Amino acid sequence: MLPEIGHFALILAFCFALAQAIIPFVGSYRNAIFSIQLAKPLAHGQLLFILISIACLLYAFMSNDFSVQYVAENSNTDLPLPYKIAALWGAHEGSILLWIAILSLWTNAVAFFSRAIPLVFLARILSLLGILSAGFLLFLLTTSNPFVRFLPNIPAQGVDLNPLLQDPGLAIHPPMLYMGYVGFAVVFAFAVVALLNGRLDATWARWMRPWTIAAWSFLTAGITLGSWWAYRELGWGGWWFWDPVENAAFLPWLMGTALMHSLIVAEKRSLFKSWTILLAIATFSLSLLGTFLVRSGVLISVHAFASDPSRGAFLLQFLVIVIGAALLLYAVRAPGIRGGSYFSLLSRETFLLINNVLLVIIMATILLGTLYPLILDALNLGKISVGPPYFNAVFIPLMIPLLVLMGIGPLSYWREMTMLMLIKRLWLPFIGAILLTVILLYVSTGKLPGAVAMGILLATWIMVSTLQLLIDQLIKRKNISFVRHILGMFLAHLGVAVCVIGITLTSYYKVERDIKMSIGDTLPVGPYHFQFISVNNLQGANYQGVDAVFTVAKTNKIISVLHAEKRIYTAQQTALTEAAIDAGVFRDLYIALGEPLSNNTWSVRIYYKPFVRWIWFGGILMVLGGIAAITNKNKSAVKKYE
Amino acid sequence: MKLNPIQRRRLLFILLIIIAVALATALALYALQQNINLFYNSSQIAAGQAPLNHELRLGGMVQANSVKRMPHSLAVNFIVRDNAKSVRVSYVGILPDLFREGQAVVVEGKLTVQGVVQADQVLAKHDEKYMPAILK
Repeated sequence: MLPEIGHFALILAFCFALAQAIIPFVGSYRNAIFSIQLAKPLAHGQLLFILISIACLLYAFMSNDFSVQYVAENSNTDLPLPYKIAALWGAHEGSILLWIAILSLWTNAVAFFSRAIPLVFLARILSLLGILSAGFLLFLLTTSNPFVRFLPNIPAQGVDLNPLLQDPGLAIHPPMLYMGYVGFAVVFAFAVVALLNGRLDATWARWMRPWTIAAWSFLTAGITLGSWWAYRELGWGGWWFWDPVENAAFLPWLMGTALMHSLIVAEKRSLFKSWTILLAIATFSLSLLGTFLVRSGVLISVHAFASDPSRGAFLLQFLVIVIGAALLLYAVRAPGIRGGSYFSLLSRETFLLINNVLLVIIMATILLGTLYPLILDALNLGKISVGPPYFNAVFIPLMIPLLVLMGIGPLSYWREMTMLMLIKRLWLPFIGAILLTVILLYVSTGKLPGAVAMGILLATWIMVSTLQLLIDQLIKRKNISFVRHILGMFLAHLGVAVCVIGITLTSYYKVERDIKMSIGDTLPVGPYHFQFISVNNLQGANYQGVDAVFTVAKTNKIISVLHAEKRIYTAQQTALTEAAIDAGVFRDLYIALGEPLSNNTWSVRIYYKPFVRWIWFGGILMVLGGIAAITNKNKSAVKKYE
Repeated sequence: MKLNPIQRRRLLFILLIIIAVALATALALYALQQNINLFYNSSQIAAGQAPLNHELRLGGMVQANSVKRMPHSLAVNFIVRDNAKSVRVSYVGILPDLFREGQAVVVEGKLTVQGVVQADQVLAKHDEKYMPAILK
């Protein structure tokens, strides 16, 4: 009975979404106060019914109701409780439901936090979000209903959740990622309403910014978690694979980063207005494209299980309609939206413009590498794959100028400045960064390899020059309260630098050994001695397996005992490698079991990964920066700082 | 033609953007040319349609009883086939969890003169429904 209620609640939510899409929108053009005021209650009603529907599905999972096909395919009586909850979004149907629920949460957040926005405009924004929600609800109801029943032969046992997904990283990774993806829908709605209104003034840009930063922060958190999950769970210790699904999340991240920066210019200098709107449309379009790539089955990957062509067709049509309509509106209205003020070639505006151009180019090259094989395949021109070498070859050279500019931009002035002023502010951090790089690298390792020196120099350059800004301001103002206005930028840029250090050092100094080991064998890796001690049997809730015990010794002292597992999940008899990781701030020791070669002999991966955690520390710092930027509400002080 | 400062600035920006885009395009096309892996099935490789010593991908089933391990290293040989022809593959390293005889795999590597694919990487299917599209 409950699954039917859940299904019915979804249909009602769809009706609410449709009403929310039409009534307030039409009302806003006819000055019909009642229709305009309906926008908020309709959004609340929609959320209520979506939550009811989620509660019904959750109950089906908790009560092992295998008459529901989705539950039967993704759960099992032995599945531990937290994973039963996470299984809710573990496969296609549920994850689309999660998408919709998050859209509805964002919509209600806009309704709640946007008291300053005139009700007419707010009604239009909510209407646009209603259109998106209605589209996705229709998709869910027609092609991906999670409440479909297996009748009359109810399976006695469920198939179980994909073992790769049974990890704490998974439980929070998709919701975070979706919060980011879908959060850009809000920014998109703001941009489209700005087009409809025919203007984008500083106030509108100021309203858009916190939503953009919020969505960006969630997306950053989602990507960071995803990278950490892949490192732990995929068994070969990589943290980024340039897999199309990863790219699908990275593309909107790059555009969102560009958008955050161009919004600053739109707000403070009334420039880059139509460009900002275009970026907002592009960012959300890439989020939709990501949803299409992952959910249509055009990709074969860990994330993409769906392979029903009607799903792909629906999403593609929806994508084309939404993006097409937005771009058409842009073509008609954008020429009327102009910025008016002057800036010289040497100014912060220029640096932010170059930032935007570079980010767009980086996005375009990654988009090309991601879509090229799909397009060729669709046109029957042959099957190819584009691997990490392509992405590294284009990404790294394009990132270098961006990182150089990250050290210059924050220290430059708005409107105009002379070269002398710029040099005056930059010489100290420049020399500081070089000295620091030489000291850190040469003193600690005795060598100065080019690629590493480059990475560390760029990272220290960003750190030192951002610090210089902080010190400059402290000396000039002699009080500390202004710091909160640049705290967000400071933390986020610091995060990028930390991430660059992690990537550089772990790529260059990592040691990876794939080796055959028998019990008792010892393998030296750098200063560490890994010894294979024993293999024991293992019995988990929904899996069996073996537990291989290793000790790690440094200068004849055992510093760590590691348990690397090989699990066989009972329900589907799938094997899974659970890597053993001794985590540290400066290095990770990583052991993953390969396969048994004979009784006491296994193939084993032993990795030494220096600074790998800095990659995710960087992500955390960026998220903290986003939070700091949103929570800084002291507007009067912002004016003073200008 | 005399340009006023605003026009001059705009012209400079446009030139800058064009240069950046051109450089990026050149870089992307060059990288793409170097790093595209063509996808073959075992019949195509057996028929000599694949280039020698060039990075490629081979998709097919691991033939039953074909997996042979070397005694003192991680070297392993196996045969990948479709419903017509088969190709020998040699690999040094750890095979993925889902690698099994009779299952679909994708092998990344180079074809040697002896007609053996020297694999750098072996990918196995991720879930029960997965099958390289080429085998359908």
